Amino acid sequence: MGKYIEMIRIRFLMMLAYRTNYYSGILIYSINIGAYYFLWSAIYGGKENIQGLSITQMTTYIAVAWMARAFYFNNIDREIAMEIKEGKVAIEMVRPYPYLNMKMMQGLGEGIFRLLFFSVPGMVIVALVFPVELSANAGTWIYFFISIGFSFIINTQINLLAGIATFFLFNNDGLIRAKRVVIDLFSGLILPLSFYPMWAQNIMSYLPFQGISYIPSMIFTEGFKGSQVFEALINQAVWSAILIIPVYVLWILAKRQLVVQGG
Amino acid sequence: MEYLSIFFQYAGQYLKTRLTYRADMVVEIFSDFLFQAVNLVFILVVFGHTTLLAGWSKDEMIFIYGFFLVPFAIFSSFFNIWDFTDRYIVKGEMDRILTRPVHSLFQIVLERMELESLFGAVTGLIVMFYAGGKLGLEISWYDPFIFLLLVIGGALVYAGIFISLATIGFWSDSRTDIMPMMYNIGNYGRYPVDIYNKIIKYVLTWILPFAFVGVYPASYFLERKEWYTYAFLTPVVGLVFFMIAVTLWNVGVTKYRGAGN
Repeated sequence: MGKYIEMIRIRFLMMLAYRTNYYSGILIYSINIGAYYFLWSAIYGGKENIQGLSITQMTTYIAVAWMARAFYFNNIDREIAMEIKEGKVAIEMVRPYPYLNMKMMQGLGEGIFRLLFFSVPGMVIVALVFPVELSANAGTWIYFFISIGFSFIINTQINLLAGIATFFLFNNDGLIRAKRVVIDLFSGLILPLSFYPMWAQNIMSYLPFQGISYIPSMIFTEGFKGSQVFEALINQAVWSAILIIPVYVLWILAKRQLVVQGG
Repeated sequence: MEYLSIFFQYAGQYLKTRLTYRADMVVEIFSDFLFQAVNLVFILVVFGHTTLLAGWSKDEMIFIYGFFLVPFAIFSSFFNIWDFTDRYIVKGEMDRILTRPVHSLFQIVLERMELESLFGAVTGLIVMFYAGGKLGLEISWYDPFIFLLLVIGGALVYAGIFISLATIGFWSDSRTDIMPMMYNIGNYGRYPVDIYNKIIKYVLTWILPFAFVGVYPASYFLERKEWYTYAFLTPVVGLVFFMIAVTLWNVGVTKYRGAGN
């Protein structure tokens, strides 16, 4: 356990060294959320609500979806692909800790850093400028934080899968990009899933992607009520557990497949 | 002339390296299509809940998107400098670039081209013809030439903005996450700018002029006469921003002091 905390800490400190750049990032994020706000105002065009979300809830949804993304998002799929291509993975694999766990912890260190230095100040600024509604209910906040914890796990597992695929494909920039598109679309980052036509919603309800963005954002905006919140959290927990299986199976296969070209 | 022949030689080499990993290339082209589909899906889903967006219909929005794809495809084929700081400054690769006999920016364009992105232009044209057909737009003999001019203008706008941002690397080599977000902001130029408030409209027109890659030039083909002035400003804005970027680049190169190895 101690070694994992150390990994998180080191990645956190590494990010801290570059923190000044994150302030410019906050400005850009705010412009982004601002533009979305006006776009959605135009889409609502005076309508009270669409699919049960008011324009204020929609703005909050967009703001929190992007801020939560800063926490769960990481590039460990690219990092793994890079280490495989450069042959570094051979060294990493003889170290006295599981490679995948280490990658996950590094991602977590990065996520915690962005949550504290990016999402929190960013959310404060956005809440001052745009009509964002922050819940006064302590329960909502607790469920939201549990939920983004699961978001991180699910997103990271998918990233690990995409990264490990490099063992078989050697060059998988294409796959990594395709994965990003699928997540943007099916996770509810750019559109709440309830906006999609029914048939599409049915398909998405069988996929793990809604657990990445849609569920935490809906909890935060209180678009989910009562038992819906618990059902959503259970859905995330179940997917977090299920996804362990393909990650491990692929990893075992990959180790047999390993070809190191130089390094 | 010499530049042209170097360009084609690099392009030839590029195709060879790409064809080595065929499976990946197919996935990449496919993922590009997906990428373009995401935005189309956004438009379609949104118009499932409304009929007009600030006076613009669904087909008009789709047409603007189709137009946008063409300059964007050209930009992303030749100006992959979003990771310039990491790739060239931090790792000291810029040293090598500066020893080459062609202009340093041109050398980077050569090394980083991604010709498969040009498929995006094909998608764009298909989308435009589909939406244009539904809108009953007519094509005059001079339209293809104007189209070409506006596309080049749009691509230069994109290139100008991203090159300017990349030059920050000459002054400060620390990591920034601005570039990926900039791609997002670029998307807002595709929506009718009158939906935004004054500040964002101003930013999208004169500071980060992404509106000149989407709604302004496309409004010429959609016969939105109120935007014609802006539409014809596209090549001018493109040239101005590109020249600013090249100037910044040339000044920046003199500030470059090598790093890494």
